[in-house]
Amino acid sequence: MSNSNFTRRGMLKTSAIAGAGFAAPTIFTASSAAAYTNEPTGSSVTLGFNVPQSGPYADEGADELRAYELAVEHLNGGGDGGMMNTFSSKELTGNGILGKKVEYVTGDTQTKSDAARASAKSMIEKDGAVMITGGSSSGVAIAVQGLCQEAGVIFMAGLTHSNDTTGKDKKANGFRHFFNGYMSAAALAPVLEARYGNDRNAYHLTADYTWGWTQEESIAAATEAMGWNTVNKVRTPLASTDFSSYIAPVLNSGADVLVLNHYGGNMVNSLTNAVQFGLREKVINNKNFEIVVPLFSRLMARGAGENVKGILGSTNWHWSLQDEASKAFVKSFGTKYGFPPSQAAHTVYCQTLLYADAAQRAGTFNPCGIAEALEGYEFDGLGNGKTLYRADDHQCFKDVLVVRGKENPTSEFDLLEVVEVTPVDQVMYAPDHPMFAGGALGTCNPGA
Amino acid sequence: MFGLNKKDTTLFIIVAAMTLLAPFILNPFPTDSALAQFNAGYPDLMQRFVIFGILAIGFNILFGLTGYLSFGHAAFLGVGSYSAVWMFKLLSMNIIPAIILSVIIAGLFALVIGYVSLRRSGIYFSILTLAFAQMSFNLAYSVLTPITNGETGLQITLDDPRVLGVSVAENGNPPVTNLFGLEMRETFTLDLGAWAFQFNIGFYVCALIMLAAFYVSVRIFRSPFGLMLRAVKSNQHRMNYTGLSTRPYTLAAFVISGMYAGLAGGLMASMDPLAGAERMQWTASGEIVLMTILGGAGTLLGPVLGAGFIKYFENIFSKINDNILHTWFAIMPDGLEDLLVTIVHPFVGKGWHLTLGLLFMLVVTFLPGGLVEGGQRIAKALSRKKKDEPKTPDASE
Amino acid sequence: MDAILLQILNGLDKGSAYALIALGLTLIFGTLGVVNFAHGALFMVGAFVAVTVQRLFNWSFETVDPTKTDFLGNPAKVKTPYVESWFGPEVGAAMIDWSVPLAILFAIPIMIVVGFVMERGLIKHFYKRPHADQILVTFGLAIVVQEIVKAYYGANPIPTPAPDVFKGSFDFGPLLGLDTSLAYPYWRLVYFGFSAAIIGAVFAFLQFTTFGLVVRAGMADRETVGLLGINIDKKFTIMFGIAAAVAGLAGVMYAPINSPNYHMGMDFLVLSFVVVVVGGMGSLPGAVLAGFMLGILESIASMNVIKELIPGIDQIIIYVVAILILLTRPRGLMGRKGVMED
Repeated sequence: MSNSNFTRRGMLKTSAIAGAGFAAPTIFTASSAAAYTNEPTGSSVTLGFNVPQSGPYADEGADELRAYELAVEHLNGGGDGGMMNTFSSKELTGNGILGKKVEYVTGDTQTKSDAARASAKSMIEKDGAVMITGGSSSGVAIAVQGLCQEAGVIFMAGLTHSNDTTGKDKKANGFRHFFNGYMSAAALAPVLEARYGNDRNAYHLTADYTWGWTQEESIAAATEAMGWNTVNKVRTPLASTDFSSYIAPVLNSGADVLVLNHYGGNMVNSLTNAVQFGLREKVINNKNFEIVVPLFSRLMARGAGENVKGILGSTNWHWSLQDEASKAFVKSFGTKYGFPPSQAAHTVYCQTLLYADAAQRAGTFNPCGIAEALEGYEFDGLGNGKTLYRADDHQCFKDVLVVRGKENPTSEFDLLEVVEVTPVDQVMYAPDHPMFAGGALGTCNPGA
Repeated sequence: MFGLNKKDTTLFIIVAAMTLLAPFILNPFPTDSALAQFNAGYPDLMQRFVIFGILAIGFNILFGLTGYLSFGHAAFLGVGSYSAVWMFKLLSMNIIPAIILSVIIAGLFALVIGYVSLRRSGIYFSILTLAFAQMSFNLAYSVLTPITNGETGLQITLDDPRVLGVSVAENGNPPVTNLFGLEMRETFTLDLGAWAFQFNIGFYVCALIMLAAFYVSVRIFRSPFGLMLRAVKSNQHRMNYTGLSTRPYTLAAFVISGMYAGLAGGLMASMDPLAGAERMQWTASGEIVLMTILGGAGTLLGPVLGAGFIKYFENIFSKINDNILHTWFAIMPDGLEDLLVTIVHPFVGKGWHLTLGLLFMLVVTFLPGGLVEGGQRIAKALSRKKKDEPKTPDASE
Repeated sequence: MDAILLQILNGLDKGSAYALIALGLTLIFGTLGVVNFAHGALFMVGAFVAVTVQRLFNWSFETVDPTKTDFLGNPAKVKTPYVESWFGPEVGAAMIDWSVPLAILFAIPIMIVVGFVMERGLIKHFYKRPHADQILVTFGLAIVVQEIVKAYYGANPIPTPAPDVFKGSFDFGPLLGLDTSLAYPYWRLVYFGFSAAIIGAVFAFLQFTTFGLVVRAGMADRETVGLLGINIDKKFTIMFGIAAAVAGLAGVMYAPINSPNYHMGMDFLVLSFVVVVVGGMGSLPGAVLAGFMLGILESIASMNVIKELIPGIDQIIIYVVAILILLTRPRGLMGRKGVMED
């Protein structure tokens, strides 16, 4: 690829063109000047924070943005340093990345693949961003990851839980810190067995799109493996706002557990509807009827109010964790914004630090250098305990939290309690696991 | 010239000049200045301007001429995109077969949907088209996932067959879209003083196609066929009483307009090989309607302006964050700076929708003919100043 | 059998929401000839009246409780709602519990005022403009209203529970002599009854009052009524207020069913247009009939048996039915000739 694609505005600063005018126009492609896409040559480096600012996930996007701003502040030496102090790698010293001040641009993904890609492209083509990060849905993450691969920049995924992001749609330039559907299922299954026994009949309601399917496949496989019977798997249209017609038949189906493979607004509504129908008060097959929400988001769970009480689920991180790193992050975030961070905020903060640290260790912003630094990297002190960035699929492996809706919340943020920290070994899987098969990382693309 | 009358020729030349010089026109501010935020002259957005321009021009052939308000036009855009990406996956990364297929498939879709929907008129027609588009969207998102890849959207991958091309490029990545070897993403940068102008191959391919599409649309507007369509708009009953069946004419307009949308979809995929289901959602269809009305329905240039207007806000205003606001107002005293940031804050960044909504209301209230009327008023005011020179070419109709 | 009964019951409930929204939309369509894309926003505003009333009742003063700590380890602030300190803890708690039904009292005047302001301030200027312009301006308005709500309340859904009395579900099984249960939530039954009452009230108002007579005459032939010297414009303003109130009430009562968020109006908008058009332009009974019909069909299509037979049918049933009806009945179920056909 001798010709290149993306140019960079920062180039100007160095392209020594004093006099304007058509007399001496310099026309060149990026390849002749830069070693990789958007190589920062000035005193600063630009990161692109691409988050949903409109649409149903706007609040999660806003929380991600807060965390990004906090991370940038810490990287540039401001604030109290947050998790930079607890991070096992001590390369970051608060003078930016590789001595360059960190600057950022923001954009709105609207939780639509097209808009997200347009926004990411403008960051790369117009603002000279050298890394793109963020997002709150798997569709968007996979679309932007594909774009970053083509453009030759690093993509640090935000909140994306589908197996596909690091499964069949994995890319060499893309990295995911967040956990996935398989891990949720693997972490939840033993807890479900311990609490609800191994003789249960599960009824699945699943959002009818790729994330929902991978989640359903994962949790059904994990629960069936411990002896549960799957009564039915029902797909619900993503655009549904009222799930009553899907919930109503559950009672007479003989099932005694309802698994809601829904996220965000879907989850809030389906859970609310299920509670309205009185499912939780029912006793079926001499067992209390139970509801399980495999992926919990505290921000969204607020929308379901009282209904989350006692419901089991999993989450990537929760602010009530008592390790030093989590405490440092909550303190830093809480002092700045007045409320605790969400799991989305946590994962993107980690991603930013991990990227910065990788660049620092690699000594370059070249995507290939950074990928090499991240692959197989083991670290600690970012709130999830010991973590591995696996080289085979660019997925982080760490402990998974099993949580439950809290019965007596002490504040509006105190919605979930951690019931178990499932150790990383239990959620580990082979890179060629059937649920993740197909697709290939390819090779890292530095662009130029 | 080219069979256009003098007025249309002037209009066409202006449009051609503006399109081809877009990299300069859209980049009025020096790259490092605070106002560079408002520059829109980067490849992706310029491509989007012309592609949505094509879409709006096509929509206008149906709506502007016949008055039939289709609320499902995004379906053709989506179908076009999917066809193009499938061509990239199966055949080769050359954009020509992809675009041809997307136009054909969209045309076929339009023929079927149009044949059914045009049995009704007015709002009944609108709802029929909406229903078809929503069905396409919902199915593409779920049941048709094997063809559409659902939520994730159809992308090219390393293991696609690509019988006439290569599955994997030399650098180990999927190959890129091209026109007989000319890569769509290739960009040349011209540095002139403090300005950097980007010339992107893909943009110029789209721009030339848009000019051709615009030309065809002018010819249609001026043809006897166009006249017939206008007659449908003014009074279809009377047309029917004269013993003339209008259906073939309206159906032809619907199919042409659907093919324009397919062309836009194909180009969109050619610039960025991804096809997602959201492209077919009713909001996307609504956006096309809004573009056309906002710019000025029934005018030649209006829809293109409307498309540019909406895309500009979506891509430029959404990126302005508090940080940028602070740099803008940095010269003010601190208190005033914060005050100004607080005032502007709700209208930019995550509030770009609010600004867009307000502008919709303002434009339609004060400029009943859309943005084109605004342009005409300015032009009139200017020409009056130039001491009653003959009227500037009327862009409308 | 019981499964079908359950889905019909559920369809009636779903349908009552559709019918209520479509009713307001048709009132504006039919009387004023305005395509109101902001109607969904009115529904959303209604739901947020409920949210606001709940917030107001929960409006609290803070006292520092030294025995507790907040998430940062500082002494926690304990909130006590003002209503509890003013009216005593029991009455206060009851008010908070009943905030959604109480919100109806607030919603009626608020929504009527909103409707008046909208009509006088904006819509009035668009009566003689093409439908396309009406779409653009009302769509713009809907976006603006949404964004304002989003700016204050955020994008996430806000829980707005019904009073405790209505928690749980009623079992029709024993009542109908079935041996299986046929449970349906109380609040949804309340919603159904409420909708039926509102629909009945609107029809009675149009049927039995002089005002209604004039409006119906105006719907049929606006010009002639104007020629008779009746100030039809003023009547239409009031009509707009009523339509807004109907949409708003539908929203208030809907809040406990699904937690309101700022774009819930848009979710209902397309659907309610389909309902109105399937019912037939300008026909109030048509809108109500279509609302219930589509609600029931949607419920039945989501049954597993049917989904297995035709995959994805529940995703598209509404649109399939709409197409079939519009192709067999040119003006929907009960549409009048010449209304919005150009």
